[in-house]
Formats: sequence, structure tokens, C-alpha cells
Amino acid sequence: MSSAQRAWEWIVGKVMQLSGAMAIVFVILIFAFLLREALPLLRSASLRETLFGDTWLPTSEPPKFGMLPLLLGSLYVTVGALAISVPLGLATAAFISEVAPRRIREILKPMVEVLATIPSVVFGFLGLLLVGPWLMEVMDLPLPVFAGLGSLMLAFMAMPTIVSVAEDAIRSVPMALRENSLALGATRWQTIRRVVIPAARSGIIAGTLLGLGRAIGETMTVLMVTGNAAVIPGRLVGILRPVRTLTATIAGEMGETAYATPHYHALFMIGLILFVITFITNTIADVAVRRSGGPAR
Amino acid sequence: MSVLPRTSPKVSQAVAFSLLWIAAVVVIVPVAAILAIMVLKGGKGLSWELISSVERGLLPAIAGTTALVALTALISAPVGIAAAVYLSEYARAGTLVRLIRLAIVNLAGVPSVVYGLFGLALFVTLLQLGRCLLAAACTMALLVLPLVITASEEALRQVPRRLREASFALGATRWQTVRKVVLPNALPGIITGLILSIGRAAGETAPILFTGAFYGLTHPFPRSILDPFVALTYKLFVDATEFPHVEEAEKWATAAILVALVLALNLVAAIFRARLRRARRW
Repeated sequence: MSSAQRAWEWIVGKVMQLSGAMAIVFVILIFAFLLREALPLLRSASLRETLFGDTWLPTSEPPKFGMLPLLLGSLYVTVGALAISVPLGLATAAFISEVAPRRIREILKPMVEVLATIPSVVFGFLGLLLVGPWLMEVMDLPLPVFAGLGSLMLAFMAMPTIVSVAEDAIRSVPMALRENSLALGATRWQTIRRVVIPAARSGIIAGTLLGLGRAIGETMTVLMVTGNAAVIPGRLVGILRPVRTLTATIAGEMGETAYATPHYHALFMIGLILFVITFITNTIADVAVRRSGGPAR
Repeated sequence: MSVLPRTSPKVSQAVAFSLLWIAAVVVIVPVAAILAIMVLKGGKGLSWELISSVERGLLPAIAGTTALVALTALISAPVGIAAAVYLSEYARAGTLVRLIRLAIVNLAGVPSVVYGLFGLALFVTLLQLGRCLLAAACTMALLVLPLVITASEEALRQVPRRLREASFALGATRWQTVRKVVLPNALPGIITGLILSIGRAAGETAPILFTGAFYGLTHPFPRSILDPFVALTYKLFVDATEFPHVEEAEKWATAAILVALVLALNLVAAIFRARLRRARRW
């Protein structure tokens, strides 16, 4: 190899390495820019007022940037979504990998994947024009847009993530474990419930966390179907009343907000909070996936 | 087996399995319903006149989405494929690789509206691109980057080791091997990944909300990458939430075209992948 060629090889290697490192650079850049645009808010409002204040009135005089209603709105919608999608997704994953006949499985899997491809604005559109008005009539609700409608739509949007991660985890449970259980006289259901599901635990947790990350970060659907009322939701009826989430607040208000106003900084503060929440859930989920897929088991 | 006074395992299995069947049905029926509704309602409103009309905005929206996803692919492909080549061909297991993988997982999990904020702060404001096609495509390219890297790396890893060894044995360098042996063999898989990421970009709304999408433009077709644009997703959002006087048939037609476009892209990728799997006998 000539020295020129050697130098060229070295350069190409470095370019590739740099491209790989770009992923890290971008995560840091996103965090840095969110910080840069969010922190000036603390000049006009304290962190405590911001995080725990109960009034979000960004355009009143003086403006109020209390994010508690938004945090609770996101919490309501997300918890509602997981309450639907985790049991249903887990059952579907168990069904696909342990129970379903081959032919049914081959229809079921692509159908779940189709769910993942439908754009979130289409879910919002369907909720707004079809599902919301229908539920209002059937359940005799005051409004066609409410927290629970967002949960319902989100549940189906998070479903493909939960199903596919949980299914992978269930599939990677060694066949020998199932055979041992069956040989001891357990039924197939006992084997699934007592042997397979516990063995796939970390993967199932990972799927749930990834689904949580999807649900909390989902924007358009929630913006369109939850009614956008920045009020602290009541306890249980809150599910049937309008709320406003963190994501919907950014999407709904940033378009009309002037650059570098306190309102602008407040919306970036919300973005920063969302970034931190999803960073934590995704990192934990990643650790759990690695544990469930690890070679030494 | 001892007979207990409680429900026998056989009975509880029957009950449990029926519940699992029901769960699967509950998941599947809405999917089928959505597709059916799209065909029925969307099909009714769909006409050549509506698609080709500039004033009612379907054609500009289709053009805007096409330009956006093309530019997005153009920006994300070089970085994404190079990163995948690094992970698959150059990197040795270590802290850097661990960190890169963690970063990819986290990039994939950042909410799309947060990408929108980042795009607004960096591309629109700091780099002074303004709200335009280029700023939106840069933002979108970041969003699909993890998808491009993951799919490309998978395609590269499927190229058997012995092809690389044969190339090295002939005296080729690592880069020569990558360029002449590994990349050509992984190309179909890489393209599949790119098609999937285009489908993802076509369906996203939040990242373009404040980086380039507009409604009621004086120039409905962007004349350069520094012009604002309309996208199908953005049009559907605005029509559905802000303009109740837009005919319902038109809204459904927009939704149907959007769903059809995204499904078609995913279907093409799936067919591509299936063919690849069948054709390949290393």
C-alpha cells in the first residue's frame, strides 16, 4: 500500500467515524438549543412558579406560565392510553407468538404494522370527525373532544410498538423452557402465564416504556382531539373533559408567538421537559431491551 | 392430574385463549375499519378535478410533500449511510459505539414537536434560513436519521463475512472492500430503509409546523428550496381544525391520498425486502 493510499484510507475511516458520532452530536445539540431558548424564561418567572403554577395564561397581562395543568393533562392522556394499550398489546403479542394459527398470524402481523404507518394527523382527523362525535352521542357527553378520546386514539398509535417489542421478547424465550413446563403437565396457558411471560419480562417492560415515550410525545392527534383546555383536570370525570397536553401547547401556540418573548421561552421550556422525560424513558427501555436480548441467558 | 374444586386448568385455558382471540380482534377491527372508511369516504370525494386543482390546494400539497421528502432523503442519506458503514465495518466495540447506539435510540424517541422547536431555533432563526422547504427538510432529516442508520446497518450486516475476507485476501483495502463489495451488495436493503424513512417523513406534521409549512400561499408551488410550501399533512390539519367551511368530501379526499401515499411507500419497501430475501443465495 502506498503512503498516499494509506493516508486516504485513514481519512475515509475518520469521515465514517465522524458520521457515526454525529448521532451523539445531534442529541447534544438538541439539548443545548432547548436549554439556550428555555432558560431565559427564568428571568421572568421562577422555576417553582413555572413547574407547579396552576395557571397557564401566556398572553394575559401579566402572563402566567404555570405548567401544572399541562403536565397533568399529559399524564392523564398518557396513563389512559397505556391502560388500554398495554393489556391489549400484551395479549395480542402473546396471541401472535403462542396461540394464533399460522395463517391468522400472517394476517395479524401486517395489520398491526399498518397501524404504525398511519400518520398521526389522520388519527386526529378521524377522532375529530368520526370517533369523537359518535362517543359524545353514545355516552351523552357535553363535548366531542376530551382527554379519554386522546387516550383511545393514542392507545392504538402506541400499540404497534408495544406489540412488536413484546412479541420479540416472547419469541426469544428458549423453546426448552416451554417444553420443560409442558412436560411437567402444565397446560399451554399455564406455560404462557407462569413461564413464558415472566421470562420475557424485561422485553415487555421495554415495550411498555417505548409505548409510553410515543404516547407522551405524540402531538397532532392530541392537539386535535383533546379540546385544548389548559385547566387542571378533575379526578375521574377529568377523562371525559377537555385537557391540554405539553405537546399540544407547543404545537398550538408556537406559530403565533414572537421570537424571544417570555411566551417563546416558556414553550421551549415545555420542549425541554418533554426531551428530559423521553430521554429517561428511552434510556431505561434501551437497557431493558439489551438485558432481554442479551446472549447470556 | 388432581381434580381441584377450583376451575380446572383446561377450563381456564379455554377462557384465557378466548380472551386472547378477542384482544386480537379488538386490535384488528379498527385497522380494517380505518382502511375501509378511507376507501369509502375518501373515494367519494376524490376526483381528478379536485386533485389537479391549484386553488383548492391538493396539487400544491402533493407537490410540497414530494419536494419535502425528496430533500429530506437527500440530506439524511449520506450522513445516515456513512454512520451505518462506520458501525458495521469500521467500529470496534467500545464506549464510542455504546454512546452512538444510545444516541440513536434517544434520537428515535425525541417527540416530533421537539424536533420542530429545534429546527425553529437552529435552521430558521440562528442560520437565518427563515421558514422554508430547506429548513423543514433539515429538521425532518434529523427525525428520520435514526431510521436510516438502523436500516442501513442491518443491510450491511447481512452481507456475509466471507465476501469481505475474499476481498481482503485479494489485497483490497478496507475502503475498497466497502465501496466495491459491501455497499453494492447491501444497496437494495439500504434503499428499502430510505423508502421507509420517506414514508415516515411524508406522514409527519409537527416538525414542519413552524419550520416551513404555510397555508394560502401566494405562490402555491415552491420555486426554490428557500420558499415556504404546503404539505398534505399540514393541509389536512388546517382544513380539519381551522376551516369548517372546507367541504367535508375534500377533507376526506386529502386524508385518503395521504394514507394511500404512506401505505404505498411502505408496501413498496415490504415487497422490495421480500424479493431481496428470496433472490439472495449467498
